[in-house]
Amino acid sequence: MRTKWHWLLLLVVAGVLALAAGCGGDDEGGDASGTTADETTEGGAEGGTLVFAGASDPVVLDGALVSDGESIRVITQIFETLVALKPGTTEPVPGLAESWEADDAGTTWTFKIREGVTFHDGEPLDAEAVCFNFDRWYNFEGPLQNPGATYYWQVVFGGFKTFNKESGAPEESLYESCEATDETTAVLTLTKPSATFIPALSQQAFSIASPKALEEFNADEGTTDADGIFSPSGTFGTEHPIGTGPFEFVSWTRNDRLVLKRNEDYWGDKAKLDELIIRPIADNAARLQALQSGEIQGYDLVEPQDITTLEGDENLEVIDRPAFNVAYVGFNIAKKPTDDAKVRQAIAYGLDRQAVVDNFYSGRAEVATQFMPPEVVGYADDVTTYEFDPEKAKQILQDAGYELPVPLEFWYPTDVSRPYMPDPKRNFEAFAASLNKSGFKVTAKSAPWNPDYLGRADEGNAGNLRLLGWTGDYGDADNFIGTFFQSPQKAWGTTTTPLTEIEDLLDEAEIETEESKREELYQEANRQIMDQLPGVPYAHSRPALAFTANVNGYVASPTTNESFASVTLEE
Amino acid sequence: MLRFVVRRLLLLVPILLGLSILVFLWIRVLPGSPATTLLGERATQEQVEAINEQYGLNDPLHEQYYAYVKTVGRGDFGDSVTSRRPVTDEFKERFPATIELALAAMLFSVILGIPLGFLAAKRYGTWLDHSSLIASLLGISIPIFFLAIILKYIFAVKLGLLPTVGRISVLIDLEHPTNFYVLDALLAGDVGAFWDVLKHLVLPAVALGSIPLAIIARITRAAVLDVQNEDYVRTARAKGMAPKIVDQRHVLRNALLPIVTIIGLQTGLLLSGAVLTETVFAFPGIGTWLVDAIDARNYPVLQGGILFIALVFVLVNLLVDLSYALLNPRIRLS
Repeated sequence: MRTKWHWLLLLVVAGVLALAAGCGGDDEGGDASGTTADETTEGGAEGGTLVFAGASDPVVLDGALVSDGESIRVITQIFETLVALKPGTTEPVPGLAESWEADDAGTTWTFKIREGVTFHDGEPLDAEAVCFNFDRWYNFEGPLQNPGATYYWQVVFGGFKTFNKESGAPEESLYESCEATDETTAVLTLTKPSATFIPALSQQAFSIASPKALEEFNADEGTTDADGIFSPSGTFGTEHPIGTGPFEFVSWTRNDRLVLKRNEDYWGDKAKLDELIIRPIADNAARLQALQSGEIQGYDLVEPQDITTLEGDENLEVIDRPAFNVAYVGFNIAKKPTDDAKVRQAIAYGLDRQAVVDNFYSGRAEVATQFMPPEVVGYADDVTTYEFDPEKAKQILQDAGYELPVPLEFWYPTDVSRPYMPDPKRNFEAFAASLNKSGFKVTAKSAPWNPDYLGRADEGNAGNLRLLGWTGDYGDADNFIGTFFQSPQKAWGTTTTPLTEIEDLLDEAEIETEESKREELYQEANRQIMDQLPGVPYAHSRPALAFTANVNGYVASPTTNESFASVTLEE
Repeated sequence: MLRFVVRRLLLLVPILLGLSILVFLWIRVLPGSPATTLLGERATQEQVEAINEQYGLNDPLHEQYYAYVKTVGRGDFGDSVTSRRPVTDEFKERFPATIELALAAMLFSVILGIPLGFLAAKRYGTWLDHSSLIASLLGISIPIFFLAIILKYIFAVKLGLLPTVGRISVLIDLEHPTNFYVLDALLAGDVGAFWDVLKHLVLPAVALGSIPLAIIARITRAAVLDVQNEDYVRTARAKGMAPKIVDQRHVLRNALLPIVTIIGLQTGLLLSGAVLTETVFAFPGIGTWLVDAIDARNYPVLQGGILFIALVFVLVNLLVDLSYALLNPRIRLS
C-alpha cells in the first residue's frame, strides 16, 4: 500500500516539474528568455521592443498636471516643448520653437514655431495651438490651481487668471497673454521682464498638446472628492495623450505596462525602436533581478549598493546621470557667531567635505565648490575654494580674537534620506568631528525631517549650522542660487542681515535676456557667494541607470529629460 | 446555524468601527503628510497650509473622523492621493491579484503539505521523516523575501525558466474582464497567455506558500500519528480491512479536522505574507498597494485598503468556522 503513496508524491512532483518544463518550453513567447528584442528586430540595430522599468505607474500623462518623475518620463517621449535641451546637458536649444527673441524691455517674447510638425492625431502644430496650450494653463480654475496639481506652472509663472485664496496659488502671474500673429509666430507677453522662463519652458509641464485632443477628451474635466483631490475624469491623460513627440501612445494597463510605438510621421530623426514598453517595478531588488533575467532591458533609480553587481556582469551596464543637486551646510548669518565672516571662513576650512563624500556616497558623488552643479550655465571655475585645514581654521579664529573653542549649534534631520544626503546623521557626525578638531565646539541638535526640521530651517531656528540640500527642477542657475539667495530668507538670516550685492546680481541676471551676459552675472554671483559664505556646499551626487549591454544610445540628462528616440537594441 | 452566521455578521459592525478608528489614528501618528508627498521639500509653508486646509487636515481629529465615516457610509472611499483614482477602483483591480496569488500559494502548500506529512507519519522515525522535519523548519524560518530572491536567482537569472516580476509577460495582450488573470486567459481561450500567467504565479506562490507548506506538513504528520493509534483504526486493521481503505476512511478523514483548522488560520497569514511577496515580485496586488500607500502617506488608500482587508480577514475566519461545523457535527450545536 505504501507504494500508492509513493505514486501520489511522484505525481505531485511530476506535476510541479511539468509546470516548470511547460514554462521552459514556452520561452519564445515569454519574457524570461531575454530575447524580446530580437523577435521584432528587422536586421541591424533598428527596431525592436525595449522594456524599461520605472518605480511606479505615471499619475496621468498630462504634463501640466504632474510633477512626478514617472509621469515625466513617459510624457517626455510623447510630447515636446517649445524649448528643448541639448541631450545630456541643461543647454536650451530649439524645440517646437525654431527660435525666440525678446524685445528690449524683456517682456515680449516672439517664438518662431517650427513648420511641418503635426500632432499624433494629424492636427497641425501652429502658433494658435501653442497659444491654446498657454491659455489653457493660465485659465486653470478650482482644484487645478492646487499646487499639488499645477506645481511647475506656479513655480515658473506664479498665479492664474482668477485668483482663489484657498488654492494656495500666488496671486500675481508672470504670464499676461499669448497671441498667434501668424501661423508660425506666437508672441508671449509677460507682466515683468524675465529670462529665466526660457530654460524653464523645457520642462514637461509646458508640453504642447493637441488642442483638438485636449477638448475632445476633456483634459480639464474631473471631480473633486471630499479630500479636495482633483481626479481627471476625461480620458486625455489616461487614454489619449496626443503630442508631437517621437513616440505615440498605444495603451496603458495600470500596474502592468504602458506601451508606446514609434511615431512614423515625426518631423525630426525618427525613433529607432519600434516599441517602448514601460512597466512599474517598485522594489529595487526586483528591478535588478528582472534586468538580470532579461525581462527588462533597462531601469532607473539604481541603488548605490547594486552598482558593483551590475558592473561585475558583462551583460549589463551602468549609465551615470550627471549630478543635478547640491548638498550644503547652511549658515544662519544673523546669529552669533556665524554673523562674523571670519568665523564662516574658519568653518569652511574646518569641514572635511572630501571625507564625507568619499565615505558616505558609495562613490557616487563629487565635492561641491559652489551652490550649483557644474552642468548648469553660470557655474564658475574660479570661485574661492576651501580645503580641509584644521590648523588654518584655528588660526583664523585666533586672529579674529576668538577664544577657542568657539561654540556652534549644528542641526541635522532624522528619518530622511535624500539623493544628495543618503544618511544625514553620518554626514553630521563626520562634520562635527572635523569642526571639533578645528577650534569649534559643536552642539548637536536634530529633528524629524518633515515638518519639524524643514519648518525650523525655514524659520531660521536651526542654530548656526544646518544640513540641507536641493535638487533642481530645471537647468537654470536661477533654480539653484536664485532660490537660495535672490530674496531675503529667514533660513539664511538674510532678512535681517542682507547679502545686498549678491541679491542685486541675481535680480539683474534674472531679467538679462542676453545669454552670455547672464552667464557672467551668475558666475560673478557664485564667486561672491563663495567669498561671503552664507553656507558651504559639499556634495553633488550622481544617480545611475542600468541597461543590458545590447542597449545603446541612451543619453542621460541631469534634468532627467531623457528621450528614448536615440536608443537602439543590438541583436 | 443561521443564528450563528447572523450573529457573526453583526459582530462585523463593531469590529470594523473599532478598526477604522485605530487605522485612522495610526495613520495620523505617522510623521509626514500628503502635502509632503504632493509637494516634496520645495513646498512653502503657505502651500502646505493650503493643502492641509483643503484636505481638512487642520480640523480636530474627531471631526475629521466623523467626516470620513460619513463619506465612507455613502460608499465613497475617496481618491488615491498619488494616482488620483477612486480607492474602490484600485481595490477592484488589485484584490483579484492577491486572491489569485493566495489561492495558488494555498494550493501549492496543501497539495504538497498533506502528502508529505502523511508520508512522514507513515515512515515515522526514518530518514524521510527526519528530512521532512528539517525541510519544514527551513520553510518556517527562511524569510519570504530572502527565499524569493534565491528562487528568482536560480529559476530566472540562472536557468531562465521563470519570470521574476509581474502577473503576465508584457508582450502578451490580454483583456481583463475579471482581473483574475488565470480566468481572463481561460475566458479568452488563449492557451499561451494561460501558461504565461501560471508561470508568473509559480515563484511567488512557492515563496508565499513555503510557511503554510511547512506548517501543514507538520500538523498532518502529528494528526496522522495520533489517529493511527486510535482503537478504531486498530480494529479496522484487525478485522482485515484493506490498508488503503483504512488510510482513506479512518485515518485521513479523522486527521483532517486539525488540518482544516490550520489551513483556515494560514489563509489569514497568507494575506499578510502577500505584502512581502508581492513587493519582491512586483506583483500588483493589495500588498504592494498598501506598501506604496504607506510610503506616500496616502491616507485614503490606507484607510480604505486596511478596512477592506479586515473585512476579508473576518469573512475568511467565518468561512473557516462554518467549514468546521460541516466537518464536525459536534460543533454545530454549540
